[in-house]
Amino acid sequence: MKSVFWIAKREFGSFFYSPIFYVVTTVFLVLYSFLFFAILSEFSQYSMQAAPQAEAIQKAGYSINANEMVIVPSLGNMSIILLFIIPLVTMRSFAEERKNKTFSLLLSSPVHLSEIVAGKFLACLGVVTFMILLSSYSILFIGMVGQPELGPIISGYLGVILMMGCYIAMGVFASSLTDNQIIAAVIGFGLALFMWVLELPAQNSDSGIGMILKEISLRSHLEPFLKGILDTKNIAYYLSFMAFILLITHQVLDSRRWR
Amino acid sequence: MIEVEHLTKNYGPRSAVRDLSFQINQGEVVGFLGPNGAGKSTTMNILACILPATQGKARVCGFDTFDQSLEIRKTIGYLPETPPLYQDMVVSNFLEFTAGLRDVPKRKISSAVDRVLEQCGLGEVRHRIIGRLSKGFQQRVGLAQAMIHDPKILILDEPTIGLDPIQIIEIRKLIQELGTAHTILLSSHILPEVTQICQRVIIINEGEIVAMDTLDGLNASMRHARRLELKVRHPADGIQSKLEGLDKVLSVQTRGQDLFVIESESDVHLQDEVARLALDQLWGIEELKPMTMTLEDIFLKLTTEEKEVKEVQV
Repeated sequence: MKSVFWIAKREFGSFFYSPIFYVVTTVFLVLYSFLFFAILSEFSQYSMQAAPQAEAIQKAGYSINANEMVIVPSLGNMSIILLFIIPLVTMRSFAEERKNKTFSLLLSSPVHLSEIVAGKFLACLGVVTFMILLSSYSILFIGMVGQPELGPIISGYLGVILMMGCYIAMGVFASSLTDNQIIAAVIGFGLALFMWVLELPAQNSDSGIGMILKEISLRSHLEPFLKGILDTKNIAYYLSFMAFILLITHQVLDSRRWR
Repeated sequence: MIEVEHLTKNYGPRSAVRDLSFQINQGEVVGFLGPNGAGKSTTMNILACILPATQGKARVCGFDTFDQSLEIRKTIGYLPETPPLYQDMVVSNFLEFTAGLRDVPKRKISSAVDRVLEQCGLGEVRHRIIGRLSKGFQQRVGLAQAMIHDPKILILDEPTIGLDPIQIIEIRKLIQELGTAHTILLSSHILPEVTQICQRVIIINEGEIVAMDTLDGLNASMRHARRLELKVRHPADGIQSKLEGLDKVLSVQTRGQDLFVIESESDVHLQDEVARLALDQLWGIEELKPMTMTLEDIFLKLTTEEKEVKEVQV
């Protein structure tokens, strides 16, 4: 287990030496902030228009709140932006090690292959979590002008981080397939996007296959988190998805030694 | 310490190592000598538990490379042909990382790093980024990472390749010093290098062991002989004795049923006689050719490559 820590620590540290990290983080923050403030200004306009009829709206059982109208869509946007960004974070995991022939260092050390995979995964998860934390300034911003509910915010962030964990697992898997970082990024992106759009064809269907697609799709499990519902079913789904993909990664790396 | 039995490694249809068997005892410094592409790196990768063998067994310290690789990886230090260095890391941080990977206890890490920095003469560059160091220093960092956990066995793949002559001499001196306390298997394609550092030599060519002896033993066994290879279509019992009956033949060895190796003095050409005999006896000549890679040829190939260094040394 100590080796996981050493590998993750080195990997995490090396992100901060690499220009990719700074470019990717900047792009992420700019895109996220742009969309966030677009949503926020729409919200403030809407609430100003609604102010004269506030009582009538409340009587009718509707409410206008920042959680539902700003934070939920912002977290949704964040998960889409990260879908594009994460493959660029994960692409180097194994591809770079192979290219620079540093992988033999890890393989000839008394370390299990599973510890290497776990270390790489945790490092990427750490980097992405760091990026998400940077973007949370937006929540502080809302907190200064309104009173958003804290519970759904925390569960929403947890949901997004879990879902990003699944993208990261797929990206790390893609990186284990090749020693070309660009190919790894493209495959990682393809897999993540595929898991994202999986439910689209089934959105209006109630058939058995449609239900299965909905259940498999990563996106459908995020909704409850954003609403503030912590359902063990969804947490278990994300965790087992990551575990499964990482297991395949382990098998790929193991089998590559035989060729 | 190291036992290899009938080791074979195939890459698809091509075999890199064929039926290799050798032993290395504790405290020995053994040179693994062979031209490029002879299968040195493949064998070392198998011993370092990076590659699995296709056939055969390899044991290090009594542990099997396949079943007990974790135990082996604790006891060996391995320097691959390309030193595995993270170019963006600072030398001392990198060595701390490798110490952590090799299970060096936390409180001993900094002393272990200081020790290898000292041993490998890296003190002045300890705070520099690896990618900015010269090739010689990088090679030393590679050596330092292999020694960080004070392993019993060091496996060094071409430790002096790509260095300038002065750096080569320094690295050799370092290995010689290490040899007093460690068992070392080192590969090289340069003969004088091996003669300087090693007590024993294993010569390997095209995946097979050509010779294995101490240096003196090798010199003694080098006869200036010429070899012919004869392959026949109709193997029969009397062929070997008939060939031996030829004038000026020193010896005849069989390799399987239909392959014969005929040895003669180096200034004698026996092709005509052998062919005539084979035609007369209706053996059916499948192939008759001079053997391309004899021990002498390999030696020749190896020795010629050290010229530059020697000139500078002088």
